[in-house]
Amino acid sequence: MSERSEQTSRAGQPYRREGATGKTLRFRFDGRDYEGLEGDTLASALLANGVRAVASSIRFGRPRGVYAAGSEEPNALVQIEEPFPEPMLQATTVELYDGLVATGLPGQGRLADRPDPARYDAVHAHCDVLVVGAGPAGIAAAGVAARAGARVILADERPEPGGSLLGTAETLDGRPGREWAAREVAALAALPEVRVLRRTTVLGHYDDNYVVAVERRTNHLGAAAPAGVARERVWRIRAKRVVLATGGHERFVAFAGNDLPGVMLAGAARAYANHHRVLPGRRAVVFTTNDSAYAAALDLAGAGVEIAAIADVRQAPGETWAARCAERGIEVLTGHVVTAARGEGEVSSVDVAPRPEAQGSGGEAREIPADLLLVSGGWTPVAHLFSQAGGTLRYDEALGAFTPGETRQAVEAAGFARGVATLRGCLEDGAEAGRRALAGAGLTAPPEIDVPAAEEEPAAAPAEHVWLVESGDYGTHFVDLQRDVTVGEVLRAVGAGLSSVEHVKRYTTAGTAHDQGKTSGLLTSGVVAHALGVDVAELGTTTFRAPYTPVSFAALAGRDRGPLHDPVRVTAMHEWHVARGALFENVGQWKRPWYYPQHGEDPGEDMEAAVLRECRAAREDVAAMDASTLGKIEVVGPDAAVLLDRLYTNMMSTLKVGSIRYGVMCRPDGMVFDDGTVIRLADDRFLVTTTTGNAAAVLDWMEEWLQTEWPGLRAHCTSVTEQWATVALVGPRSREVLARLAPGLAVDNPSFPFMTWRDAEVAGIGARVCRISFSGELAYEINVSSWAGLALWESIMASGEVTPYGTETMHVLRAEKGFPIVGQDTDGTVTPQDLGMEWIVSKKKADFVGKRSFARADTSRPDRKHLVGLLPEDPGVLLPEGAHLVETSALPEPPVPTLGFVTSSYRSAALGRTFALALVSGGRERAGERLYAPVGADLVPVTVTSHVLYDPEGARRDG
Amino acid sequence: MLLIPCPWCGPRDEAEFHYGGQAHVAYPEEPAALSDEEWARYLFFRDNPKGLFAERWSHAAGCRRWFNAVRDTATNEVHAVYRVGEPRPVIA
Repeated sequence: MSERSEQTSRAGQPYRREGATGKTLRFRFDGRDYEGLEGDTLASALLANGVRAVASSIRFGRPRGVYAAGSEEPNALVQIEEPFPEPMLQATTVELYDGLVATGLPGQGRLADRPDPARYDAVHAHCDVLVVGAGPAGIAAAGVAARAGARVILADERPEPGGSLLGTAETLDGRPGREWAAREVAALAALPEVRVLRRTTVLGHYDDNYVVAVERRTNHLGAAAPAGVARERVWRIRAKRVVLATGGHERFVAFAGNDLPGVMLAGAARAYANHHRVLPGRRAVVFTTNDSAYAAALDLAGAGVEIAAIADVRQAPGETWAARCAERGIEVLTGHVVTAARGEGEVSSVDVAPRPEAQGSGGEAREIPADLLLVSGGWTPVAHLFSQAGGTLRYDEALGAFTPGETRQAVEAAGFARGVATLRGCLEDGAEAGRRALAGAGLTAPPEIDVPAAEEEPAAAPAEHVWLVESGDYGTHFVDLQRDVTVGEVLRAVGAGLSSVEHVKRYTTAGTAHDQGKTSGLLTSGVVAHALGVDVAELGTTTFRAPYTPVSFAALAGRDRGPLHDPVRVTAMHEWHVARGALFENVGQWKRPWYYPQHGEDPGEDMEAAVLRECRAAREDVAAMDASTLGKIEVVGPDAAVLLDRLYTNMMSTLKVGSIRYGVMCRPDGMVFDDGTVIRLADDRFLVTTTTGNAAAVLDWMEEWLQTEWPGLRAHCTSVTEQWATVALVGPRSREVLARLAPGLAVDNPSFPFMTWRDAEVAGIGARVCRISFSGELAYEINVSSWAGLALWESIMASGEVTPYGTETMHVLRAEKGFPIVGQDTDGTVTPQDLGMEWIVSKKKADFVGKRSFARADTSRPDRKHLVGLLPEDPGVLLPEGAHLVETSALPEPPVPTLGFVTSSYRSAALGRTFALALVSGGRERAGERLYAPVGADLVPVTVTSHVLYDPEGARRDG
Repeated sequence: MLLIPCPWCGPRDEAEFHYGGQAHVAYPEEPAALSDEEWARYLFFRDNPKGLFAERWSHAAGCRRWFNAVRDTATNEVHAVYRVGEPRPVIA
């Protein structure tokens, strides 16, 4: 960078201080090109260029400027446009980079219109001591813990360590404090057990010191961000001890026009002058309730800002400060308030007046020309994380703010976060906190701790806690700048009878914006307390909740998006289905073929045509489905049969080896939980099948009963779902196809009857063949090792005579037979009797899970919802699943009593019409009745019928 | 997220566990002998205290064992864990 170009850039930044150095960066804001310096935030760069109005407010559209210098900023909300759109960022936390393009926002941003190309990662970490905040207290705490050998993580949200030292320019050991911070943190980072996380915001503090933080790794690099580095990383940290050295936020005061661009927190202005070498204005009025703004005023005066006057609400500011102001010729108006900031779009003058209650202070109300109004209403310790962690807060009278109190978690606050006001005090307090954290983590603290020497600080005069400047019109006395909430609205809420800050918050929305009310929360409490005439200490403050600052969904999602969002399970035959052009249905985590459209014709087959064709093949010819996803559990042990007898409603112990039985499981309340088949492989060995989506739940259920109620039963359960591939071979010609594939297997009905299984070679593959039917047709389920699943499927499909079918056809076929699907035709309030399956409920067994509930009055009510069939009177009308059923052909006045609802609805090839299954109150007694389904504006007439609509005699299952 | 000390595996993240509700609610010896009200009490009624609560947890993504814990529902502090069949420890 040449001398010449640096001078040129200075000329383009009229509010940049003399002597500021650094690389010039070019950026564009609201369509105009500007230059800033390396190390700038977007806010400081805009201020350097004299840009005062940065954004506009969400409700009133009022111009708003930069108010703060960090993550507490309520006003200066911007949208990054380039290189990648990101909404609702604070200009005060966006680091400037070359080529940045941003716009100011009217309180709301716009989501990106394209996929985010960046990568986001997550890290899990454990440590002895987590220190949040790398200011004086945090660095001191981390230093003590780290030098004792503890595993330490030090996280700070800013790019550079130092915290308040950056803005105050205080010295340590006679050198700028930020140099000490940089040197100390670099030394700590070099220790093997220490991790320093910069640009890392701790967002949430949860139970047992589980802490979530987001590290911004490449955001500040703009288009220069290296492709291989994650843009942001979420840190999930479990810490033995946490030290919160989170510092404080300055508050403002409610007065007329306190939102005008040019009104700024005094500490923020000090930081812009000292740290960013920017003058936030030329001529300033200072309005304060405490001593801290004097240091800001003197630093700004030293930087070249004319301080027109300091209006101090108190009669007696700190003597040293008053003397220093006198030396500089700064007028101090004690017992004064700012009654209004005036100006068109930005501050041009400030009204100050003696407080009416301040007797004998002298002075008159006057209007002072100024382009800057610095405000300090006192400082609030940042207790967000402490509160999130379950800690209580207590009111500190001297601070006029809430500070950390009690907590059961291994966390403590240090430095200003717990109200320690001096630099020296913060360093010592941090070191002590580090020492306690070591002890808490079971480590020994070093005997001597070096704390750098801070300057002597003037004795502080007490602050006076003034929340608002009284007025006849509170229309522009803002308490929450981001939500545009005024004192007038808070008073209206209190006038409406609200006396809790939590209620006022919800009524006015004060404190609910994405800045989490960092500058406004306590002010709202103060105004409510003022209105109610109570002490803010009694009133309290609202609850703090995570996240501390906004976090993008992309960061939280990390790599768990797209195909990695959830595990995808596919069967051994999946690639065949894909190649065949199947459409897939998600069933739990499984991808199941839904139907197989034929693509030969033009236009290609739609779903309705494909399903009708697949159904006809299964009913009239031969078809096959990949049934591998059914849950499969082996139940093994001498007491396996006893366990199954207790869990299924029917008897399983009497099942012979070689045979299969259908079974239903209920919850103790008698409601259907799952169904499937039970195969007896040996006296002490069963294979249980479950519904696809319920496989894990059924295994959990069995293990829960075994472990918690019947630990004496000698049985164990093993999931074998993934070990088997299963093909359902269905249709009148299925026997013929199987006979050809398994020449060694006697397939005639007497040799291989319904509900039995045989071991056989099918297509040369060792297989277990079961005669089970979920369609009512003659059918077989052929099970082979999943390694051989694709080979089996290809052998079955090789001749081209077997039609592949998907889950939709399976659903139609089973529904025609009235077979319910647990979870579709049941919802946890349905008994086996409701489903018309009285026969599955054993009368012989003394007990099984659910049995006692069948004797409850509720399970025998005649108006229980029964599973029935529905035939729309117009055979072409397909009822929507979920449609309700009513008794009358015209809807009465609401509420309209519903008789039940449609659970399954299809077009049937076999019936040549549409049909549905439904749960209908007293449904079995309504056979033949006409009911109506309100669909849109129409009432569709339907006739109630048996739920078994096809082959009720069961004549087709033997072929 | 809680850090739950599984009695078999040691402290693990809550995400590895399934919650199982109130502990020590045994399946009745002879359900048929119970009145409807007694059965309904077993089915539907559970304690909901503010304070210490003995409850069941399963280390579902770990050893898959069920165990019991005494947790303070107001603070989330786990005061004790114990294995199935062991008596509820007395918490001072």
